[in-house]
Amino acid sequence: MSSNQPAPTHYVAPLEETPLVAVDAVNVGERKSNLWIDAWRDMRRRPMFWISAVIIILVIIVALFPTLFTSVPPNDDCQLSNSNGGPSGEHLLGFTKQGCDVFSRLIHGTSTSLTVGIIVTILTTVLGILFGAFAGFYGGWLDAILSRAGDIFFSIPYILAAVVIMSVFSAYRNVFVISLAIGIFAWPATARVLRAEILRVKNADYVMAARATGVSNFRILLRHVLPNAIAPVIVVTTISLGAAIVAEATLSFLGVGLPNSTMSWGNDISAAQVDLRTAPQTLIYPSLALSITVLAFIMMGEVIRDALDPKARAQR
Amino acid sequence: MSDPTTTAGAVRPLLEIKNLEVGFQTTDGIVPAVRGVDLTLMPGQTLAIVGESGSGKSTTAHAIINLLPGPGRITGGSILFDGEDLTKYSPKKMEEVRGRQIGFVPQDPMSNLNPVWSVGFQVEETIRANGIASGRKEVRAHAIQVLKEAGLADADKRLKQFPHQFSGGMRQRVLIGIGLSSRPKLLIADEPTSALDVTVQRRILDHLETLTRDIGTAVLFITHDLGLAAERAEQLVVMYKGKIVEAGPSKDILQNPVHPYTQRLVAAAPSLASRRIISATQQSATHSLGDLAYAPTTVTDGLDLIAAAEERIEHQPAVKRPDAIVVKDLTKVYKIRGQGKGSSGELIASDKVSFAVEKGTTTALVGESGSGKSTVAKMILRLEDPTSGSILIDGEDVAPLKGRALLSLRRRMQPVFQDPYGSLDPLRNIGNTIAEPLQVHKVGDRTERRDRVLELLDQVALPQSLITRYPNELSGGQRQRVAIARALALKPDIVVLDEAVSALDVLVQAQILKLLADLQSELELTYLFITHDLAVVRVIADNVCVMQKGRIVEAATTDQVFDSPQEQYTKELLNAIPGAGITLGV
Repeated sequence: MSSNQPAPTHYVAPLEETPLVAVDAVNVGERKSNLWIDAWRDMRRRPMFWISAVIIILVIIVALFPTLFTSVPPNDDCQLSNSNGGPSGEHLLGFTKQGCDVFSRLIHGTSTSLTVGIIVTILTTVLGILFGAFAGFYGGWLDAILSRAGDIFFSIPYILAAVVIMSVFSAYRNVFVISLAIGIFAWPATARVLRAEILRVKNADYVMAARATGVSNFRILLRHVLPNAIAPVIVVTTISLGAAIVAEATLSFLGVGLPNSTMSWGNDISAAQVDLRTAPQTLIYPSLALSITVLAFIMMGEVIRDALDPKARAQR
Repeated sequence: MSDPTTTAGAVRPLLEIKNLEVGFQTTDGIVPAVRGVDLTLMPGQTLAIVGESGSGKSTTAHAIINLLPGPGRITGGSILFDGEDLTKYSPKKMEEVRGRQIGFVPQDPMSNLNPVWSVGFQVEETIRANGIASGRKEVRAHAIQVLKEAGLADADKRLKQFPHQFSGGMRQRVLIGIGLSSRPKLLIADEPTSALDVTVQRRILDHLETLTRDIGTAVLFITHDLGLAAERAEQLVVMYKGKIVEAGPSKDILQNPVHPYTQRLVAAAPSLASRRIISATQQSATHSLGDLAYAPTTVTDGLDLIAAAEERIEHQPAVKRPDAIVVKDLTKVYKIRGQGKGSSGELIASDKVSFAVEKGTTTALVGESGSGKSTVAKMILRLEDPTSGSILIDGEDVAPLKGRALLSLRRRMQPVFQDPYGSLDPLRNIGNTIAEPLQVHKVGDRTERRDRVLELLDQVALPQSLITRYPNELSGGQRQRVAIARALALKPDIVVLDEAVSALDVLVQAQILKLLADLQSELELTYLFITHDLAVVRVIADNVCVMQKGRIVEAATTDQVFDSPQEQYTKELLNAIPGAGITLGV
């Protein structure tokens, strides 16, 4: 210590003010906690989650039991005298050009949209997981082949591809074919997300530890890597369910989707375009149903994304 | 609370923190992180704040320059810098102080330089922002000067290079240069070298010391390493749970720690412990307690590294035991893409490495990053295939083993890895994690496996109730215990510990080292201990192999290596252990 500076004293805090705690004591909390449990706790507290959940459940119930919501048959009771008519009595939302009840068609068209959405989602998820998981986990030549295959599908906009497929197979237009046409070109997005995540997870020490224990590669993929990599896929999947519903509506609107005999929101919107000025209700209500449903799925995806991202959670 | 460092005389303190309180806003209210901290720093002085993670040491430093992360707020007290209260400054006024009068060297040199801009650009940016120089040429000339001062020889050429072309040590030099570029009165260095190798750490800190002494800058040094703090600072402040528990002259505190927490730290710090074993004059850590009546018996809590080391020496039988691991000419060559077009090179990660580990003993493989020590460990664990050479486990060459034979080898040899946050699957509960090796090797039925898991939890001193819990509820040390339990599940003979304690706080580190020593004597385990930290080696290992650039440069018993190192490189490593120059009274 140089002489021009005062020698500082040796200060010791009183023990009462700074009690010692056992080193690294285990505090077993009351509640269990891991990524999914925490995410669920987080989601539960958000109004956005409940709003979109209620809408989605409502849409599902409507799709399964349309007759609970309307007693008016959507097609059989159409009278041309009612063509483009306004709301009246039990016909809440008015009539289409063919004189059919708008509300009833809306309700009965729900299952089509939802079915397409679900089939497309299952298809893209299964293909996406297969391609993404194997490409990311095994790497090497398998990755090269699978990723290039994905790139080829990815380079073609799936709506364009679906238009082409639906035009070629115009004789077989039904819910399954249209779902196939959309799904077959939509999976690379899921595969890419999963592949990137698997590349991250597979280098974790717990994968190395499992390998050193003698766990087989495939079992490591199933038990350790995939569960830890699946979170972003769930987000993408939820959002893409909405996108698939839009795709079906788009194809039907363009006239290459479902046949006119099949009730769907897309078909109704397509049929309504000529009468937009005289009978706006024929366009507005199916569009609204479509938007709200799609929005609900996208909102749900966002909520899940936020809940699964601990960093975003910490900042709130 | 009284002022820890009283001032008398005319010299005005450069920094005077009074009763500082910092809290973090959370959904459950404000969580206090710093609770009434007082400290005084005189001009030109160096003061170190020491504490483990969560002690509030970094938060205190960040509060001074108002760089608290998001929800952090100063909730009370004052920070007088040159007589002015910084807590009352507006953000704009604070910007003028930051950089110009108070420099800051961040912790991680890898992430604190922007990878898309050249190093020169980033230095020039600071110079311009602090108004040190203006005009293209002047700024450039000044930037070159800053980098030269920071110890980069060909600074004018290096100016155009990007951060990825710099090593970690060079990046930290750049950051120190940036921090000192405007000749600040105070430099805050937040764990400036914890991410670097010890020899690099030593050179950088030597350089920082010379530089700040020449400029006359006071340094506030934040570190978790008590030995490092004592070596580099005149004044020491020990923080624990947001409070100062002990403060004063460094040597005084090290030689005469009074507060039980400081005593714990001194007893558990490997750098100091290894030093004390070397001096070896005093047998046990009996502390003279001065006037204060603290009971020394409860103090170390079984964490005294010297006691642990002595215990293991006592347990050494004189007879030579058979070798559990024999490695002969083990070589690993990686093909790497060359810098030029079409050229490809070879990286020899392990070059004819040979050593043997006796049954029931610990051999440490020591080296800095890139020395090849982890590659050797992975080859022995058969996670990497050797290019050539042989690995004999209990006399059997295991290098060519495949399939079933490899699976039964895995039963005899298990690893524990470095990163406690990465070595447990976050989505599997503790019970399943520990039981996985048993399932893979089809040991016992469900209830037998469960019983074994409970027994293992007992062995690593964790409560059995953890069996259904997930890793994110545990601290780093507890996770490492779980990893040890998993490694022991199959009752292996050999455990490969790859930097298994490097990421832990000193007290937790000491606890785990003690656990490993206990398990070794209880289960007659053979350890291969991979580490960069020679200080830890002293307390755990029987034999040491020092690795440099893929080769073993020195191999001997621990005592030989520490008492009479033969190789220059080993000597450098030993000298780089923080606290090497301190004579301890304990």
